[in-house]
Amino acid sequence: MFDFLDPQEYDLLGAFWVTVQLTVYSAIGSLIWGTILVGMRVSPVPMMRGFASAYITLVRNTPLTVIIVACSLVLKDTLGFTIAGETVEDQNFWLAILGFVAYTSTFVCESLRAGINTVPVGQAEAARALGLGFNQVLGIVVLPQAFRSVVAPLSSVLIALTKNTTVASAIGVAEAAWLMKEMTENESDAILLVFAIFALGFVVLTLPTGLLLGWVSRKVAVKR
Amino acid sequence: MSAPSVLYDQPGPRAKQRNIIYTVLFVAVLAGVLWWALDLMNDAGQLEWVKWEPFFADGTTWTTYLLPGLQATAIAAGLAMVIALPIGAFFGIARMSDHRAVRAPAGIVVEFFRAVPVLLLMVFANEAYALFTDIERDVRPLYAVVTGLVLYNASVLAEVVRAGILALPKGQTEAALAVGMRKGQLMTNVLLPQSVTAMLPAIVSQLVVIVKDTALGGAILGYAELLNESGAANSNAGGTSTIAQLTAVAIVYIIVNAALTWLASWLERRMRRSKKSTGAVVGGGMVEEQAPGMHLTGGRSGESGSA
Repeated sequence: MFDFLDPQEYDLLGAFWVTVQLTVYSAIGSLIWGTILVGMRVSPVPMMRGFASAYITLVRNTPLTVIIVACSLVLKDTLGFTIAGETVEDQNFWLAILGFVAYTSTFVCESLRAGINTVPVGQAEAARALGLGFNQVLGIVVLPQAFRSVVAPLSSVLIALTKNTTVASAIGVAEAAWLMKEMTENESDAILLVFAIFALGFVVLTLPTGLLLGWVSRKVAVKR
Repeated sequence: MSAPSVLYDQPGPRAKQRNIIYTVLFVAVLAGVLWWALDLMNDAGQLEWVKWEPFFADGTTWTTYLLPGLQATAIAAGLAMVIALPIGAFFGIARMSDHRAVRAPAGIVVEFFRAVPVLLLMVFANEAYALFTDIERDVRPLYAVVTGLVLYNASVLAEVVRAGILALPKGQTEAALAVGMRKGQLMTNVLLPQSVTAMLPAIVSQLVVIVKDTALGGAILGYAELLNESGAANSNAGGTSTIAQLTAVAIVYIIVNAALTWLASWLERRMRRSKKSTGAVVGGGMVEEQAPGMHLTGGRSGESGSA
């Protein structure tokens, strides 16, 4: 019954490793781009504020599937733009990460903005009274405190991202959902078992992340 | 005049000048990116009107492909929401049961389906229907998409229902018990009806998530919804209008979802103002922030609605 678990035939661990890689690279990218976006979102320059809020409204309301498909079909196939990689699989892997970063960063940005609102007004006022400019107020006073208070929402975003990486199978990235589709089609006598294994894989990936970061969020939260 | 934000001072002459410089630089960067993109598109011959015409000037593309696709999207999303709501309410209430034997299994089911990606559920449902049922081949993707969406969203809505009931003032429960109601009556006659209105903004927000997830069924299972149909329209027009195709599709999704989001926040504002109700609201923010395992550690719960 378990003979399909033969690693020569189906690279189960390899597929989940791709899922983990997609998640980690996308998470790092989203954190950086999301922080830049929130900086623009609250900046004194109206043009930047407008751009950030337009970007967030447009990208958040577009299905992730459309974004990922567009990364492959529009950027690579039509315009010939690729980020890295020699083979088609490698190129799609990096383009999928680009799509995930574009999408997830909007959620990071909104979480951070909520975090900025939890920082007491007096903190920013005191910083301005000392003569700090906007970049200093945001960079050394407000954002560090905001980050500490949004660990829990950000870890929810991270877990949602982990689950969202399955969308990359729409452009043929060989991650967990892609392998599961192949296995359910070939091993039709054991599809319940196949599903159980993949579902368990995702529970194993997401549950400890949630527990660990939940604990971290209480550790680092600013006591007020 | 007070400062526009606590993060920076009211701009003086120098700050105004600096802001103008930043604006000019920022616009220059944006224009550069736009120019680069247009240049790429020009090299690929994507700026010719022939490529855009099928999606932006040809009504038959819309009547043959896109509008039926949008209808299929609405059917899948509507069915998923209508089926998921009662299931979600059931599990949400079961999780609040006084009996551990009811509470624990309901909690495990809800946590499990929230941890599993919706795509896995769809793929599994599709294969399971193919093997174990005699559902016709051409409606199978719809069944699979709706099944996947129901399993996932019922577990999300279970948490919404729970938050909705917990958000009601304690006096409601106390008063109902004081007039001699049983626990079942308390739930069905007092708490549930009031929490439904309190949950409305969150339910509408969840509809946005469902609409976005239907696109997955089109891309992976071949369900004939908006994205899938637009691909067919593109092939029909020669297969070279990919950019126009995805632009048109994205615009439709953005309009639909922005309208739903606006409706959710309008409902939320209206309810917060309303004096007739208890004032309890579960906001749309709740559904975006859900993640499995988080509430086990007390990382977040109910209060996120006020964000």
